[in-house]
Amino acid sequence: MERWTKWLGWLLLVGMILNLYFIFIYAPIEKTMGAVQKIFYFHVPSAFAAFLAFFVVAVYSALFLLKRNYFYDRISYASAEIGIIFTTIVLVTGPIWAKPTWNTWWSWDPRLTTTLILWFIYVGYLVLRDFTGEDERGARFAAVFAIVGFVDVPIVYFSIRWWRTIHPEPVLMGGEDSGLHPQMLFALLFSLAVFLLFYFYLLFTRLRLEKARMEINEMKKAIALQER
Amino acid sequence: MSYLGKIFAIAYKDLLHEYRSRETITTMMIFSFLVVVIFNFTFDPGSSYALEAAPGIIWVAFTFSGMLGLNRSFIYEIDKGCFHGLLLSPIDRGAIYLGKMIGNIIFMTLVELLTLPLFIILFNLQFSDFLLPLLLIIFLATIGFAAVGTLFSAIAVNTKAREIMLPILLFPVVVPVILSAVNATGGLLRSDDWNQVFAWVRILLAFDVIFVAICYATFEYVVEE
Amino acid sequence: MIVVKNLTKSFGTHYALRGINLEIPTGTFLSIFGPNGAGKTTFIRILSTLSRPSTGEIYFDDKNLRDHAESFRQRIGVIGHSTFLYDELTAFENLQFYAKLYSLPDARKRIQQALEEVGLLARADDFVRTFSRGMQQRLSIARAMLHQPDILLLDEPFTGLDQHASSMLKHWLSELKSEKRTILLVTHDLTHGLELADQVAIFVRGKVAYFESADHVDETEFQAHYHKVVAAGGAA
Repeated sequence: MERWTKWLGWLLLVGMILNLYFIFIYAPIEKTMGAVQKIFYFHVPSAFAAFLAFFVVAVYSALFLLKRNYFYDRISYASAEIGIIFTTIVLVTGPIWAKPTWNTWWSWDPRLTTTLILWFIYVGYLVLRDFTGEDERGARFAAVFAIVGFVDVPIVYFSIRWWRTIHPEPVLMGGEDSGLHPQMLFALLFSLAVFLLFYFYLLFTRLRLEKARMEINEMKKAIALQER
Repeated sequence: MSYLGKIFAIAYKDLLHEYRSRETITTMMIFSFLVVVIFNFTFDPGSSYALEAAPGIIWVAFTFSGMLGLNRSFIYEIDKGCFHGLLLSPIDRGAIYLGKMIGNIIFMTLVELLTLPLFIILFNLQFSDFLLPLLLIIFLATIGFAAVGTLFSAIAVNTKAREIMLPILLFPVVVPVILSAVNATGGLLRSDDWNQVFAWVRILLAFDVIFVAICYATFEYVVEE
Repeated sequence: MIVVKNLTKSFGTHYALRGINLEIPTGTFLSIFGPNGAGKTTFIRILSTLSRPSTGEIYFDDKNLRDHAESFRQRIGVIGHSTFLYDELTAFENLQFYAKLYSLPDARKRIQQALEEVGLLARADDFVRTFSRGMQQRLSIARAMLHQPDILLLDEPFTGLDQHASSMLKHWLSELKSEKRTILLVTHDLTHGLELADQVAIFVRGKVAYFESADHVDETEFQAHYHKVVAAGGAA
């Protein structure tokens, strides 16, 4: 895995440089929004990476409860941390983009609000892990919470969407999907690929760190077991 | 004793314990009243805002006082070692969950029913035509809140920061319950179209069914050691 | 017959049990001694299905404990550090609650009988919080015996008992012993433990350092041996 991660790192470096080229030079500047629209190429891929991360958390949490393999637990933990980072990027870039285009920092639109709740749920996950320590109990609690939280997300989304359709929409949603320029679309897809690569790179790096820590723990355990 | 009998034995034990000690419900009630009174200070008396904000305030009072009750639910079992007594008994872990959940639902509902008249008086609400649907909404929202809350409370008592942990875990997850309850209550107050109110009731129902099932299934992973 | 095979339990990097192997025939009174941190309580918790082992298996009459935990729980009685009693309920209500959980038929009669055995019938309707430590422990014995378990797990039951309660518990254990129940007593009180035991074991640092039939054991000799085993850290 170590070798893999290294290659992935180089690939990512090249990808990121190319990504910057595609975003800022290759893709044309949007007519109404101007240069600020470039944030779109960071905002949307971050959201995808975050959703992927949380999906991984839920899947490996369930696997952990069934198989009790601590490797699965570490994947969930690492993925949750990374997911929080990407969600934070989404939540920070969102308002920066929204202010000049919608003339408001924040709108309680379903996607935005759901992302915020998502952020709260997984911050809760990390706090929970912090407050339970490293024992297997912490892993079990976190896994249960992650499963409940993940099932909750679609319900949160639907309830908020229903809420926003009852009240008038406060701002006009900029049609981000409507007739995207082909070069813009390419830049977006490329950026998406780079961000997903970025996710996996972070995940592998985090797991490697965790693996090293576990090996030390195993050594300590082995010593403890031999002690007489 | 049947499976159901054991579930109710646990809930009955919680009620009896509460009836004797009166620790939890009293605190919940006072807290609920306090919320109503304090929030009243944020409006000019008789302003139209008060009416618009009333559903939100009602549910802030209900959920925060419910949180207090949920926190107590496992703390008193753990402090006296009684929880081990429960776990040592020949019952399924799911039955323990359902018993504790039913106990919590009853506590919360009691407090809600006792606080409701105060709201009606202080906010000068016209609920009389909608009392039954309102009670239905309160009941359904309480089930959803207690279903997730009972599971998380069992988690929270075993962490380093018991009382602080529960709200951090619970509130984000019960957003659909709070949102639905507030809007359904508001809909009744404004005499909205019944179909709109019913849409919220549907979300509450869906939440209840899904989360009672999931929490029932995952509870055993929380209490094993 | 309880068979314990290669039982280990770890908490993080710390091992509480490091490979326990034991065979306890039905009707045996086994006393387990050991210094603090020897893993005695962890062992009892795993046997009573409260904890699950990290590795290893437990068989109870050839049935794996993992798959039959619930029916096993019906057959064990546990007396531990805490009493498992609710302060705000009366003695009778406490037992009534447990009688429901254990699905006891004719609960009222059984509860009265159990209360009488521990001499608390007169206080049946008093709140547990008004009871002294000794009385609470007696009630907790009544609670553990309510469903007449064939296996009793006792974790330091003599702690905090006054002279009267302590001799009562001892008398009571000897009676249970004659009824051919399997009893596991964990204690660091050598006198109490030796008096009743058929078998004695010493746990040191998560291992069985000594396992012997009690007939061959003389108290003063055993005491000397105990200190030697403990001092050697289980190598003897």
